[in-house]
Amino acid sequence: MEIRTKFELKLGMATREAFGKALVEAGRKNPDIVALDADLSKSTYTSLFAKEFPGRFVECGIAEANMIGIAAGLASGGKIPFAASFSCFAINKGFEQLRVAVAYPNVNVKVVGTHSGISIGEDGPSQMSIEDLGLACSLPNFTVLSPADEVAMHALVHASVAHAGPVFIRAGRPKAPIVHSPDQRFEMGGSVQLMDGSDLSIIGNGLLVAEAIRAAEALEAEGISARVIDMYSIKPLDRAAIQRAAAETRAIVVAEEHLVATGLGVRVAQVVAETNPCAMEFVGIQDTYAESGTPQELMEKYGLVARNVVAAARRVLSRK
Amino acid sequence: MRKTSNVAELEAIAKQVRREIVEMITHAKSGHPGGSLSAVEIAVTLFFDVMRHDPANPKWPDRDRFILSKGHAAPVLYSVFAECGYTPKDQLNSLRKLGCMYQGHPDARFIPALEASTGSLGEGLSIGIGMALAAKLDQRPSRTYVVLGDGEIQEGQIWEAAMFGGDKGVDNLVAIVDYNHIQLDGFVNDILPLDPVADKWRAFNWHAIDLDGHSIPALQAAFAEAAQTKGRPTAIIAHTIKGKGVSFMENNPKFHGVAPTEEEMEKALAELA
Repeated sequence: MEIRTKFELKLGMATREAFGKALVEAGRKNPDIVALDADLSKSTYTSLFAKEFPGRFVECGIAEANMIGIAAGLASGGKIPFAASFSCFAINKGFEQLRVAVAYPNVNVKVVGTHSGISIGEDGPSQMSIEDLGLACSLPNFTVLSPADEVAMHALVHASVAHAGPVFIRAGRPKAPIVHSPDQRFEMGGSVQLMDGSDLSIIGNGLLVAEAIRAAEALEAEGISARVIDMYSIKPLDRAAIQRAAAETRAIVVAEEHLVATGLGVRVAQVVAETNPCAMEFVGIQDTYAESGTPQELMEKYGLVARNVVAAARRVLSRK
Repeated sequence: MRKTSNVAELEAIAKQVRREIVEMITHAKSGHPGGSLSAVEIAVTLFFDVMRHDPANPKWPDRDRFILSKGHAAPVLYSVFAECGYTPKDQLNSLRKLGCMYQGHPDARFIPALEASTGSLGEGLSIGIGMALAAKLDQRPSRTYVVLGDGEIQEGQIWEAAMFGGDKGVDNLVAIVDYNHIQLDGFVNDILPLDPVADKWRAFNWHAIDLDGHSIPALQAAFAEAAQTKGRPTAIIAHTIKGKGVSFMENNPKFHGVAPTEEEMEKALAELA
């Protein structure tokens, strides 16, 4: 079938690696780009930028609050700073600085949080960022992005350079299946419809986009037609795409590797409630912290794989 | 504006700034007089003598930067801004009113010439480091001055920034600690003592200078010494008096964050005549 060949879901780079490479590329084009890290540059891949542009790399040590403040000052001085760390540290330890030094004065700082979600695996909950999208979205002036694969990350790093204003980009640790064609276009506030369908819509981001595709293919085998949308821009949201999905399929499942209480799902639900109310189900992390394990074990235990999306699809269809 | 190194002229400006601080906070009926009055000579010496800046060209790329990290002392900055000609003097008494450019804490959305929006203590030094690094990257002569409250340096982020600044040779940066010994809940020594302050900065590889923060000649000399100090930033520990210049506010914790009454304002203005 055509769809199966389109979505080979071949493993690509981890989105954190795609970020590191795209940042070097962007740095070659734009001398104002500066990278900052807090002793995790080998993990966030800002080490690639540091190697090529040592004079434009600021190693802050393990001091995320200071890192975000320095980034704000660099931006005020005309630079385009990309501050990277594990998402949990950049967002949580830098949150007050993101609020007062970045969001409120609306300065041009880009924050990249790697090792998001629970798919980091063995390191466990202290390193897992399951609140980051909610926190980032709560900051006025911020654009919040969660690319699913290396194609999206590459494009969104460049889009972030071109965008004047604060941006948070979420990246993951494990290699990510490639869901996008190489020439796919991405923009702030955009989304990508990967499969069309009429019975329900599955809206996801990050690693859950590939799971949504797998789920849609499984549903298709049962004769259920599912639309799949990569909602990589959490803020601003592609309201038109959500409204169309609600109006045309009358049932929506949102799937994300984030707390369901504060992630993509509730934001999609707000648009649905404001436009074309319909039945919805939410696949994500419930009100809990995870544990150590392999990424795959964790995604299965915490309900973030294709069969969870299929089950949610059946539930939502039963309520339609 | 006319810059000057003449101490008598700078002292006259300082007195005028003190009068405006008292008046604007009285009209606002809220605000922070004590820590505004303690920082007057620091701000006046920087803006009217030391700093490279041009109110007619507030975004001049080679300008020096000033960050009032202790943002609650906004009235001292507003008065100096108005005296320099960055902002209208006749609106100072609209401090803290809805829609007014003179917001409760410095807000760059309302006054674009402000280098940073401050008010959450502990953040200004990191921002100043970023500005100093940007100037170095662009090989500009700009220097960055950050005024910190004494209570403010209880914040952990200050010491993250101090550790960074001392290691990375950010010698175009000066931190000024307005050491007036009083914070909201009382005397610093009763809340969480800071001494030895200068030694703490020295331990973080800063060049540290203790001085009388109300002595304009001492401040002028210290800023000149900072400019000559290469390879590391300078911390000026400015020993000041909270509420300086108004007898009943001096060393009085009450006037950290309480506005004078009309009657108190008249008494204060008589003292500052």
